[in-house]
Amino acid sequence: MTRTILRSVLAIVACTAVFGLAYPALMVALASGAFPSQAHGSLLYHDGHVVGSKLAAQGFTGPQYFHERPSATTPAYNPAATTFANYGPTSPDLAKAARQQAEAILKLEAPYNPGLTISGIPVDAVTTSGSGVDPDISPAYAHLQARRVAAVRHLPLATVQKLISQNTTGRSLGVLGEPGVNVLELNLALDTLGDK
Amino acid sequence: MQFEGIGQIVLYAIALLVLAYPLGQYMAWVYTREKDDVIERGFFRAFGRGSGDEQNWKSYATTVLIFSLIFFGLLYALLRLQGHLVLNPDHLPGVTWPVSLNTAVSFVTNTNWQYYGGESTMSYLSQMAGLAVQNFVSAAVGMAVLAAVVRAISRRSSGTIGNFWRDLYRSLVYIMLPLSVIVGIILIWQGVPETFNGHTTALTLQGAHQSIARGPVASQIAIKQLGTNGGGYYNSNSAVPLENPTGLSNFVELLAILLIPAAQVFMFGRMVKARRHAWMIYTAMFALFAIGVGTALAAEQHGSQALRQSGVSLAASSSQSGGNMADKEVRFGIANTALWATATTDASNGSVNGGHDALTGAGGAVPITNMFTGEVIFGGVGTGLIGMFFYIVIAVFVAGLMVGRTPEWLGKKIQAREIKLAALGALFVPTMVLVMTAVAIGTKAGQASIFNSGVHGFSETLYTYDSQSNNNGSAFAGYGATSFSTSFGAVAMAFGRFVPMLAGLALAGSLAQKKTVPASAGTFRTDGPTFVVLLVGVVLFTAGLMILPALSLGPIAEGLMHL
Repeated sequence: MTRTILRSVLAIVACTAVFGLAYPALMVALASGAFPSQAHGSLLYHDGHVVGSKLAAQGFTGPQYFHERPSATTPAYNPAATTFANYGPTSPDLAKAARQQAEAILKLEAPYNPGLTISGIPVDAVTTSGSGVDPDISPAYAHLQARRVAAVRHLPLATVQKLISQNTTGRSLGVLGEPGVNVLELNLALDTLGDK
Repeated sequence: MQFEGIGQIVLYAIALLVLAYPLGQYMAWVYTREKDDVIERGFFRAFGRGSGDEQNWKSYATTVLIFSLIFFGLLYALLRLQGHLVLNPDHLPGVTWPVSLNTAVSFVTNTNWQYYGGESTMSYLSQMAGLAVQNFVSAAVGMAVLAAVVRAISRRSSGTIGNFWRDLYRSLVYIMLPLSVIVGIILIWQGVPETFNGHTTALTLQGAHQSIARGPVASQIAIKQLGTNGGGYYNSNSAVPLENPTGLSNFVELLAILLIPAAQVFMFGRMVKARRHAWMIYTAMFALFAIGVGTALAAEQHGSQALRQSGVSLAASSSQSGGNMADKEVRFGIANTALWATATTDASNGSVNGGHDALTGAGGAVPITNMFTGEVIFGGVGTGLIGMFFYIVIAVFVAGLMVGRTPEWLGKKIQAREIKLAALGALFVPTMVLVMTAVAIGTKAGQASIFNSGVHGFSETLYTYDSQSNNNGSAFAGYGATSFSTSFGAVAMAFGRFVPMLAGLALAGSLAQKKTVPASAGTFRTDGPTFVVLLVGVVLFTAGLMILPALSLGPIAEGLMHL
């Protein structure tokens, strides 16, 4: 009994040293050597300062920008406190939130998309994401916003659509996952276009 | 689009088999190797005389319990004191006692239920030296116990089943560590952070400040997936882009969930020299897996009542995945989230890549049922296959009753003691789940945790105690932390871990002592398709029938509701 306790303590000290300290230290060293950008959070820079991470939505609201999916975090789009919305499938709150979001999108986009109705809005546009900081929107939602962004920025629609396809992440290796449009990269590309 | 989704699931099943088979052969070699390596010999010298000797099942079980108890104590102390310790760049305070208690039990039992948000609660020291170490060790304890049980089955007239320290060491150093390094590197490449720097602040394009949480994430995520742990670095777990950035990272994390449990089936086949029998077990597990993922995929693609009613477009096309996208991520879509929800509850993993609370009625019934079987569909590392052994003993018993002779399994007579232990192992946890759910739903203290009103509130409660009792750790995450729910949950996790584990070791001790009898014409064959059908039937009729009434009160009722 006493011997088992002593052996347990010794084993725990050894495990902590190897798996708690040496293993992450090794991985940090490997990461900063091989993949420094990813290891530090895939940060994006503009004019020499960090403007965000490629892997975190930041809550665009301006009409000249593409907008992301709704977020349930506090405050919204907070990558330091990610969360689900947790509304169940029959939740009246979910139905209400989806309807309000759809109406807001209609109000914003309809002037540029004559004939747009609620059935033309893709579901990802009105639902919170799993993380609250989903950096992607579906290509369908991106194309819905393209006319507004082009009009506000006085750009040809084709230019904006070209940027959408350039910033669409396809399936990994062509098969894994679903295609998504990275909103921050797309908006950054639009702003950079303006700088030239 | 549906086609692409199904294609990814098929690809997953193939990749799993291709990787699990050779790994299983390797693991059999690891656990049966006669010679100790240099480090092992060093440990046994430090541990003192007799520390490397073979143990009987009681001595093995006592060692497991003492080791786990001491680890629990130290982890609890670390969480309470983290505010005064090093590696805390964001100056987080000590964790409160109910959350520390629940978390310490949770990680020691390989559950990783999380009543906290990692990025805003845990210091780097707690994440690395506390939680990440437990991810390795609690998983390795499960693997060690399985190795001992399998060894016992392979022995004849033996009083001993192996040595815990040797099995633990080999699980950690020969299996967990190399696999974690490989998976970790792939994840970093795909974009999971791995740094000792703290949060960084970005000045967004619209001029706001955004704080981005980083840390030694990838190293922890690798072992969280491989060790069927499931405790995320970030609160939203593998739904968070920084924890699971791409379709490829998602595929690798998904493979890591079931890789070791699937490999253990082949390891078993090799160690007891019954390869065909192992293939039949694999087939039965795969059939149950396929039923689950098919149901979840269809339900989630169809969408929830609330979203259908809103009138937006749920139709899958080349430009959107459609379906129930609530609390799901665009880069994974419906198929990958349905696959993950199934795999994570087939195993005792409990990580998620989307919110389970938002799953549809039928979509949510799949994880609840998977967990309720005791997680034997591949299952947790070690514990899953042990759970399947209970069902196998029951299955051969049922077959024995049908043909009217003493049941045998792998040449060993199955008698009253084995049946009792198998029944205890298979039925204790499901019974506990139903009792605890009833208590939590029938008391004010329990109801205080419920987030969604109505039928879904019942599903949340059922899911919570199902998940904790079966050491899963995934959640209908709206269910909140109160001092009642945290301590009640801690009890569920502790009993759910150790009762089946002890029953498994006792069964092993009993089987090791038996002689083997040669198979005769009357022996029920466990290496053919009849056995697969019988085994699937036993799982469905034991656990499935027990959960059915509770399912009808929760997810089934909800699936039939109109808004």
